[in-house]
Amino acid sequence: MAYLELNNVYKTYGQGDYATEVLSNINLTIEEGEFVAIVGFTGSGKTTLVNLINGLLQPTRGEVLFKGLPVLGTSHERGVIFQNYSLLPWLTVGQNIFMAVKEVFPKKTKKELQELVAEYVDMVNLTPAINKRPKELSGGMRQRVAVARALAMKPEMIIMDEPLGALDALTRGNLQDEILNIWGKEKRTALLITNDVDEGIYMADRIIPLRPGPKATLGPEFKINIERPRDKTELNDNANFKETRNAIIEYLMDIGNERKSVEQEVYELPDLTPKSFVGRF
Amino acid sequence: MKQTVTLDRVTKFMGLGFLMTIKSLFTGDLDKEGFRNFLRKVVVPIASIFLFIGLWHMGAKSLYNIEADYKIEKALTEQGQEAADVMKACIASGDISCQPNTLPSPAQVWESYRSLLRDHQIIKADKDAFAEKTATLNAKRIAEGKDPITYTGRPSFVDQILTSLKTVFAGFLLALVIAVPIGVIIGLSKTLRSSVNWLIQIFKPVSPVVWLLLVFMIVKTLTKDSNSDSAFIISFISVGLCSMWATLVNTAMGVASVDKDYINVAKVLKLGPVQKVFKVILPSSLPLIFTGLRITLSVAWMVLIAIELLAQSPGLGSFVWEEFQNGAVDSNSKIIVAMFVIGGIGFLLDRIMLTIQNAISFNKTSGI
Repeated sequence: MAYLELNNVYKTYGQGDYATEVLSNINLTIEEGEFVAIVGFTGSGKTTLVNLINGLLQPTRGEVLFKGLPVLGTSHERGVIFQNYSLLPWLTVGQNIFMAVKEVFPKKTKKELQELVAEYVDMVNLTPAINKRPKELSGGMRQRVAVARALAMKPEMIIMDEPLGALDALTRGNLQDEILNIWGKEKRTALLITNDVDEGIYMADRIIPLRPGPKATLGPEFKINIERPRDKTELNDNANFKETRNAIIEYLMDIGNERKSVEQEVYELPDLTPKSFVGRF
Repeated sequence: MKQTVTLDRVTKFMGLGFLMTIKSLFTGDLDKEGFRNFLRKVVVPIASIFLFIGLWHMGAKSLYNIEADYKIEKALTEQGQEAADVMKACIASGDISCQPNTLPSPAQVWESYRSLLRDHQIIKADKDAFAEKTATLNAKRIAEGKDPITYTGRPSFVDQILTSLKTVFAGFLLALVIAVPIGVIIGLSKTLRSSVNWLIQIFKPVSPVVWLLLVFMIVKTLTKDSNSDSAFIISFISVGLCSMWATLVNTAMGVASVDKDYINVAKVLKLGPVQKVFKVILPSSLPLIFTGLRITLSVAWMVLIAIELLAQSPGLGSFVWEEFQNGAVDSNSKIIVAMFVIGGIGFLLDRIMLTIQNAISFNKTSGI
């Protein structure tokens, strides 16, 4: 039995004539302890897919199974790192995380919870900013808070919705390492949604491209056979890396071209000649 | 991370940033930019105040002349040349009996202001004397279980201001207690929102006078047997009902339009419904709720005058009305004094609300 299973999942927004089928016939299985990346263009329905898995949305057709049981709502077992941080602006960094862990571990004392918060804040190197509000932090720091919040809840599976999309390359690299570090230490199942192929290859065991929506569906998977821990600088010379990377990019380019050719419509222009005003005035 | 409290921060917080510019003028650390700021924030407003007073003075003077000319003209046509001359002399002498009744000049208003303060001193002394005189008697009456004798003399202007403030705060609290919870409930449920929307839309534009009459109908019946101060009850309930709509609508809107991301966070954390309301929905709609409360307080203060005037409840409203009915020489200028006092207190109340809003909410807004 797979850890997470999506069987023939369809998701449609709207009804009747206005219905748009965003996701179409999605089949996906993730085993326990695996790190899977889904790569896709922006607007291809990645966030919808994430929300189906974490339980914020229900599929129109098909089923989402988590440990063999259908996903009917959100659960603390599946932690989410949202694309746009989603921190509560009126709470400090510590309070944001505290609120989350308090819900997950209602039996722990306040002191234990605070220690837990401090531990995870330290893990993302934000101890000096623990009493600051999200507004006072940079984008990278905010994202780190979101990471700490998701991880402090100790979920069995981490779902990341383009967690690093809005960050600069340097911060991005650091955070990738931090996430990998934590994943390696605690061996959780992870699903990463991203638009960056390199990021996917660097972090994941498997990469699955998402064909652009409407009617987005998953493409063939690419296995990444590179030993962990991976080194970013060495990776560039790794033959396996180059090959996989080229294959994925080629595949995505092909989809892009396909889409363009489908969209190319020919508009017939009316045969008009502009009226001449010469000599009239 | 503790921010130090400086005068600069406090004044900015209260929307009184111009005070800082005045301070830097005295301390001497005023650069070119600061000087320009000083001109813009201090000199120009003060100049405009003088300009306003000047225009007012000239306007009042010309109105006075028109009224005086009319009086003389009237005496001439009705009683002949002799009466006109008498009238002219009478007006020029400043005799009270024949002063033209028109817009008072700034100087007259200032004089009335001082006379109102003097009047307050007199009444206060009178009150103190009364309290002293009846102290022993009252103590005895209380011991016997009777009501103490209270001062029933005329209230001074300051007493009336205090009464008005009491009424407006009672009304504001009533509005707060009614509008915020109902607004939250309406905001949470789309069904409720559409079911009470007609009610809000219909009652929102109803005039304060009509509210007063409605409240009067109800309170009159309810307080038939009690000897409580029904004028006060009627006026504060009317003030509350008139002014609560802004808070109600804003709260409902704030609650209904909470950022979807925050709702998602609440869902992912699996917060219970109560926790969701108190930890996510209320804090995020607080800025809008406070905007509503600010509007409510200013509306409350505005309608208060009209309501007091009609409800015969003591306060600034009835002060204005009584002065108008009085028709004494300084009545007009007393009304203008009341006008400035009303405006000043309204401004002060708004600043207080802004300060509280800034202290509570995470969205810092500066005063306009």
